[in-house]
Amino acid sequence: MTRAATERSIKINVRNFSFYYGDFQALDSLTLGIGQNEITALIGPSGCGKSTFLRSLNRMNDTIPGARAVGDVLLDGKNIYDPEVDVTELRQRVGMVFQRPNPFPQSIYDNVAFGPRVLGTARRSDLGDLVRQSLIDASLWDDVKHRLHGSALNLNPGQQQRLCIARAIAVKPDVILMDEPCSALDPVATLRVEDLMRELAEHFTIVIVTHNMQQAARVSDQTGFFWLGRLVEFDETERLFSAPREALTEAYITGRRG
Amino acid sequence: MKRQQTQKLAIAVITGAAALVVIPIVLVILYIVVQGIGALSWEFLTARPRNGMTEGGIMPAILGTLILTLGTAIVCLPLAIGAAIYLAEYAKDNRLTRWVRLAIVNLAGIPSIVYGLFGLGAFVLFLQFGTSILAGSLTLGIMTLPVVISTAEEAILSVPQEFRLVSQSLGATRWQTIRHQVLPHAMPGIITGIILGLSRAAGETAPILFTVAAFYLPSLPSSVSDQTMALPYHLYVITTQVPGMPLSVQYGTALVLLLLVLSLTLVATVIRTRMRRRRDW
Repeated sequence: MTRAATERSIKINVRNFSFYYGDFQALDSLTLGIGQNEITALIGPSGCGKSTFLRSLNRMNDTIPGARAVGDVLLDGKNIYDPEVDVTELRQRVGMVFQRPNPFPQSIYDNVAFGPRVLGTARRSDLGDLVRQSLIDASLWDDVKHRLHGSALNLNPGQQQRLCIARAIAVKPDVILMDEPCSALDPVATLRVEDLMRELAEHFTIVIVTHNMQQAARVSDQTGFFWLGRLVEFDETERLFSAPREALTEAYITGRRG
Repeated sequence: MKRQQTQKLAIAVITGAAALVVIPIVLVILYIVVQGIGALSWEFLTARPRNGMTEGGIMPAILGTLILTLGTAIVCLPLAIGAAIYLAEYAKDNRLTRWVRLAIVNLAGIPSIVYGLFGLGAFVLFLQFGTSILAGSLTLGIMTLPVVISTAEEAILSVPQEFRLVSQSLGATRWQTIRHQVLPHAMPGIITGIILGLSRAAGETAPILFTVAAFYLPSLPSSVSDQTMALPYHLYVITTQVPGMPLSVQYGTALVLLLLVLSLTLVATVIRTRMRRRRDW
């Protein structure tokens, strides 16, 4: 345990967690603690299991035939893989932003309102305020306040991705998972989303998968380095990038492996 | 140079083939319009037949076809949409699913006269519905199932998988995802399939021959256990069974049937274009 770990409040406690696709073991006995209101970055080469791990935190892997989890993922102390856990409730608490901006082909308003409407979590009279607040929190309000009922597909990719973030936070999750959220964006849009992540971390716990090591270094508090389904190293971002403990980590972040 | 000439020849041939497709439909429509337009009048559309059906109008047959189309929709749509959602969203590759798919393929291949005989045996005689709107609607409804199921399933499958993932990641259940995300996006395709299926049912003669259609009725149907006159059957009767029937009445009836079916197709096209314009991906 690192020094910081004792002071941190752990939101998601992962213990001896392994994940299989049929016979293939994608994750091998992971143990780590994801801190509340922190940004945790997951880095590593393609196919190392970081996306699988991200998707196992809201059980989006469940839909894949043959997928199987072993071990514990404790969200606020409760194992999300317990048989009695309602997956839809879990996903309300652990939201997700995908790699490609993927707004529904509907209006901006309807995109943000979709979750609360379907789940019935907002009264009709409160829906407008909730949409507005979600768009403000996703720092998109000023861009779209005059065209809420225009198509979401007319926004540029950066705006679309912030709309997807607004759509995710409209259901009031505790945790937001982001799967390479900037990989389809230009550098300016990327910086805006990164700034946004820092703001969101005040209210949410964020886990982000990224291929971009500068991005991990810029935005995250903690970083985990994955290699072939194992978590090689997990530490404060600053320390992991300045003084990695493992030779493999150092080789990867300096560009000699991966 | 040789390859370029071959290419030109090939393009000419396939363009010609495509153009030839247009000619028969244009000729059929033109011919019927020219021959039948003279018979069309307000009386023809709103009055009952008189004088051995050689005079008066065909209102009971028009009304009957509209009633049968509605009946077909009531029988067919719940089953077809339900089956399409099951096949597209829930079906695993198991024995039940394979049987369902096999059944749909075979339903589509059954000649319409066989549907008519089946309706006679199953609904008219065995279930003792008699020759009635109920029996006819059930027969037409079953005949329409495969068209609507196939087009609806296709429309549902064409909704990008990503929308389902996003919806579920927001905490929606499978059903909420289907109800609020998938079906709205699939609706233009589903509606197109429904209307095309119904327009085919409206024009069929064989399935209603033994199950509902009447040669001539003095009064309009008052319940689903009554018989009714219907346009396609009426047309069949007056062209083959009634000596001395004026040609203009025959073609006038054909024209009304054609307009009815074409207008259904037109409605389908308009709905599809309008909804496509609204939602796009």
